[in-house]
Amino acid sequence: MNRQAKEIIIKYTFFVFSMVSVVVLGLIVFSLFREGLPLFGKVSLKDFIFGMEWYPTYDPPSFGIFPLIVGSFIVTLIAILIAVPLGVLTAVYISEIAPQNIKAILKSVIELLAGLPSVVLGFFGMVIVAPWLQETFDLPTGLNVINASVILAVMAIPTISSISEDALYAVPLEFKEASYALGATKYETIARVILPAALSGISTAVMLGMARAIGETMVVLMVAGGAAAIPESLFDSVRPMPASIAAEMGETPFRSLHYQALFAIGIVLFCLTLAFNLIADYVSHKFRQVGSGTL
Amino acid sequence: MKWRYFQQNVFFTLVRASALLIALALLGIVFFILYNGISVINWDFITKPPTDSMTKGGIMPAILGTVYLTLGAIAIGLPLGIASAIYLAEYAREGRVIRFIRVGINCLAGVPSVVFGLFGLGFFVIFLKFGSSILSGSLTLGFLILPTIIGASEEALKSVPQTFREASLSLGVSKWQTVYRIVLPNALPGILTGSILGVGRAAGETAPIMFTAAAFFTAKLPSSVFDEVMALPYHIYVLATAGTNIEATRPIQYGTALVLMIVVLGIDLFAIIIRGYMRKNKKW
Repeated sequence: MNRQAKEIIIKYTFFVFSMVSVVVLGLIVFSLFREGLPLFGKVSLKDFIFGMEWYPTYDPPSFGIFPLIVGSFIVTLIAILIAVPLGVLTAVYISEIAPQNIKAILKSVIELLAGLPSVVLGFFGMVIVAPWLQETFDLPTGLNVINASVILAVMAIPTISSISEDALYAVPLEFKEASYALGATKYETIARVILPAALSGISTAVMLGMARAIGETMVVLMVAGGAAAIPESLFDSVRPMPASIAAEMGETPFRSLHYQALFAIGIVLFCLTLAFNLIADYVSHKFRQVGSGTL
Repeated sequence: MKWRYFQQNVFFTLVRASALLIALALLGIVFFILYNGISVINWDFITKPPTDSMTKGGIMPAILGTVYLTLGAIAIGLPLGIASAIYLAEYAREGRVIRFIRVGINCLAGVPSVVFGLFGLGFFVIFLKFGSSILSGSLTLGFLILPTIIGASEEALKSVPQTFREASLSLGVSKWQTVYRIVLPNALPGILTGSILGVGRAAGETAPIMFTAAAFFTAKLPSSVFDEVMALPYHIYVLATAGTNIEATRPIQYGTALVLMIVVLGIDLFAIIIRGYMRKNKKW
């Protein structure tokens, strides 16, 4: 075989390998739909999404996942409200203020935090945070919305912080220099020049942080409490979508309606995180800071 | 003027406080697990199987199971990830197809771990009939860490200076030989350290193995890739939430959490230190 033909074969072999991710994504969709779609022959999509009652084991069963969706969104939103200020400010500290040695340590700290296994964080929430909440606020249970949100925030912070830091780092030096030349203080430069210039990157970070939080399973499974009802306060327990899947899959008979409903929840969860990721991808490409606008 | 600097001081204090809070969160979590778990850990805990319906004994089968699953995930994720990255970094020309592949990789990275679990159950366990086994779990975890490995490998390949490739090509060496003999060896340390962070994730994940590989208790150690295994993360979860005697097994839960944390953070810390060392001693 001549050399050129060999090179072309090698090139296309690697091309095939690079398609593996896309193929796996396709297989995920295939598997979820194969196992989950049959549910909609028995339960309408509207009753499934907007139904208020999740009683999969009752007779007759009821498969309304609206309380689960609400549970997922509530813990995610509160987690994001906690994680965004902390994550972004820490990114500002790392990229703009911290001395070199603290910067290196803090970056490692964030990487280690990202590496903490979710089951360990969930366990921590169960045995440390929950009893503390229960005693301090005199609650029937410490496994509730606020506990899950705080632990989820800890999981989302590394994502938000490291992507924000990249965005801040990418702001051209000329922007900073121009601002200082106009007599702005360091704070004014950060707040009015650097942060706005990095806004698209930071939005991407927030979207990806949300995707991380809404899909996180072990934490909400272990500390959210598990009540499939719409919460009335921060101290009520909820049952977010991933928790329902993880808790019930082990007990449900193969290819029963309940089993199919859990896969259908998986479809909803997959679509939500896919949407978050696509929006993040769109924002980061559409509003990317290109060039530095020098003369 | 004073107001402006007052503003700045308040802002800087806030910024420092949030950085400190995050560091304290990590230290706090690590400390509590360490403090409560350290007394449980001894040689028997690590080398003996559980006894007395899980309330006594060690966690050896769970450690072994996690090692098997992690090695399996590496065996699947690493070659695929490196091959993928070689195409993206060395062969691809930016365009629609590459953009499509990149969006696919990003979306795969964002798929929730429990959805990976469902995928593993629906595809490997049921469709391919591998059953709940080391094989199904390893495949699921391998695809879970694929995006991390692709990202790390691509970055490492791109950090090899262009001049290396040009020098090689100018000697009449073919593209593939350049990649194989020049680029890959120079990028390999970077690829491996970056991938180790993905490996840490594979070892610590619970949801993807819940329906694909993990068993609450196995009487025998696995003898083939088609056997179910116990695994550290699943062991913690089951003992802490569904065990017959949650309070009685509390020390074992702490001990298992500590072992898992040491394994995962140890792997991560190792990668971080090696990477720092490599950056310091960079030759180009």
